[in-house]
Amino acid sequence: MIEVTDLTIGYDDTVVLEHLDFKVADGDVFAILGGSGSGKSTLLRHLIGLEQPMGGTIRVRNAPPRPESGAPPYGVLFQSGALFGSMTLFDNVALPLRKWTELDRRAIDTIVRSKLRLVGLEGFEHHLPAEISGGMKKRAGIARALALDAPLLFLDEPSAGLDPVTSVELDQLIATLNHSLRMTTVIVTHELASIFTIANDCIMVDRGARGIIARGNPAALRDGSDDPRVRAFFNRRPHAA
Amino acid sequence: MIDDASDYHVERVDLGDGRAALRFAGELRFRQCFASWAEVRRLAQAPGRHVALDLSAIDHLDGAATALLLELRSELDRAGVTSEIVGAEGSVRAMLELYGAHPPRPSLQQPPAHIGAFDQIGRETLALFGESKGLDYIGDVVVAGMQALRRPRLMNWADVPKLMERAGADGLPIILMINFLVGLVTAFQAALQLKQFGANIFVADLVGLSITRELAPLMTAIIVAGRSGAAFSAELGTMRVSEEIDALRTLSLDPYQFLVFPRVVALVLVLPLLTILADLVGIAGGLLVAMLGLDLTANAYLIETQKALSLWDVSSGCLKTAAFGLNISLIACQRGLSTHGGAEGVGRATTSAVVTSLFAIVVVDAIFTVVFNALGM
Repeated sequence: MIEVTDLTIGYDDTVVLEHLDFKVADGDVFAILGGSGSGKSTLLRHLIGLEQPMGGTIRVRNAPPRPESGAPPYGVLFQSGALFGSMTLFDNVALPLRKWTELDRRAIDTIVRSKLRLVGLEGFEHHLPAEISGGMKKRAGIARALALDAPLLFLDEPSAGLDPVTSVELDQLIATLNHSLRMTTVIVTHELASIFTIANDCIMVDRGARGIIARGNPAALRDGSDDPRVRAFFNRRPHAA
Repeated sequence: MIDDASDYHVERVDLGDGRAALRFAGELRFRQCFASWAEVRRLAQAPGRHVALDLSAIDHLDGAATALLLELRSELDRAGVTSEIVGAEGSVRAMLELYGAHPPRPSLQQPPAHIGAFDQIGRETLALFGESKGLDYIGDVVVAGMQALRRPRLMNWADVPKLMERAGADGLPIILMINFLVGLVTAFQAALQLKQFGANIFVADLVGLSITRELAPLMTAIIVAGRSGAAFSAELGTMRVSEEIDALRTLSLDPYQFLVFPRVVALVLVLPLLTILADLVGIAGGLLVAMLGLDLTANAYLIETQKALSLWDVSSGCLKTAAFGLNISLIACQRGLSTHGGAEGVGRATTSAVVTSLFAIVVVDAIFTVVFNALGM
């Protein structure tokens, strides 16, 4: 599904992470882990084609991350939700359907309402993003990311800013979508509970090492890693560098 | 029966006694099935009392197709036909449970009403003249100003040079070019008329007076309103929507002293300086036309300009631009600080800041002209 080969990323002349090699298999829930400032979100921006790598290649479903034409094969949730402020929640979710499908108004209405219902926001169709809370914006962002039922979903810190109940509901939603649709999900997160609940594979990146310091099943890493940085992360203990 | 060339087909089987089954098979993805969905709805709504939507042969069901199926069941219920979904197993059943878990709920508010052109014009006019928060803002600025006068150290002086550089030095090239062209055009238009009376030399008087008293202050203020006024408003508006203004307040830093005053001081100081330079290049524009089109010498033109102008002509222009600077900065900061509604709100605030500043510049200019005339200055 996603194949990353000898990838080097950064900004201007500064290298953030280099020589990254990993694959995300079909149907995986794949977590990108690491401390603040380790380059997780930068890596995600490269995977979805918003940034050009300094070196190496990224293939998403055997193609470059951003298709030259047509809808991208993925939905993306940004950290802030990134909803369009001038549009209602309905229009935010309907936008990709109007742009990339031939559906009529009635079908779009049905689908948008079902997506908003899925994230617990039915009833808020006509609210503007400025009129709802940060957690609701994030949920609306998920509804927009799911609008096209793309086979691949990228989530940047989906649980940040959500209350614990909503956070667990979101984990359940991701798990169900993964189970029902075999939807591949790449998730950048700090939430240990989420990682162990939904992720079956992960990599951990480190700014000091400028690369991947661990990979594999999260629970196996927690229980079996010899790397003190990995143990510190999973056991929530500061690591003395 | 629908046999889609892609991956699914559906057929209706009448089971007798008003009962029927709609049998779906294959992969039900909304992009593929939608083209024939109207036909599916027609098949489902054929006469009958009970319809079973049989999904036992479905291999894959995506989210949007699930929503369309659930809506089809609701449609049948509304039409008085009892219906049920049968045969859903595994992942198909999970999708139906996921999408059907929450009952439909009505919208909590109406969609935003469409605003007609006349309605919008009325709203904008009211907003322009009836800015209810404008008086609050002026009051806050005066109170904060009094505090700053009593304790000048409270004010954020450190930003003033940087802001003066942004508003002044960075805008200088465009201001000089525009004023040079204005001087040139004014001289050209005047020359056409004065040439007929052999009064070529008076082009210097006309250009000198009109540039120093009106055109240079006005053009300079207009450019600064477009550049710095818009920038101030967008900057403060973005700070407002990203809660930076609230953060300042929680640090007990007064946004007026920290953000507004440095901008006001910067523009009040920098606009007269820009105007003096604008005067010089405006007169230079007139000089060029006089030399090339009217056969005047540079010496004669400059002596005539010196005779025509008094110190008051130049300083009255500078006085006006100081007032323009006060207006532009106060209006831009007010619009910025009252921004709400995200990126669109910042855009609205910036537009409003520029338009209101231009309006205020013209009004203030008219007041100055009337007062100066009345006082014989």
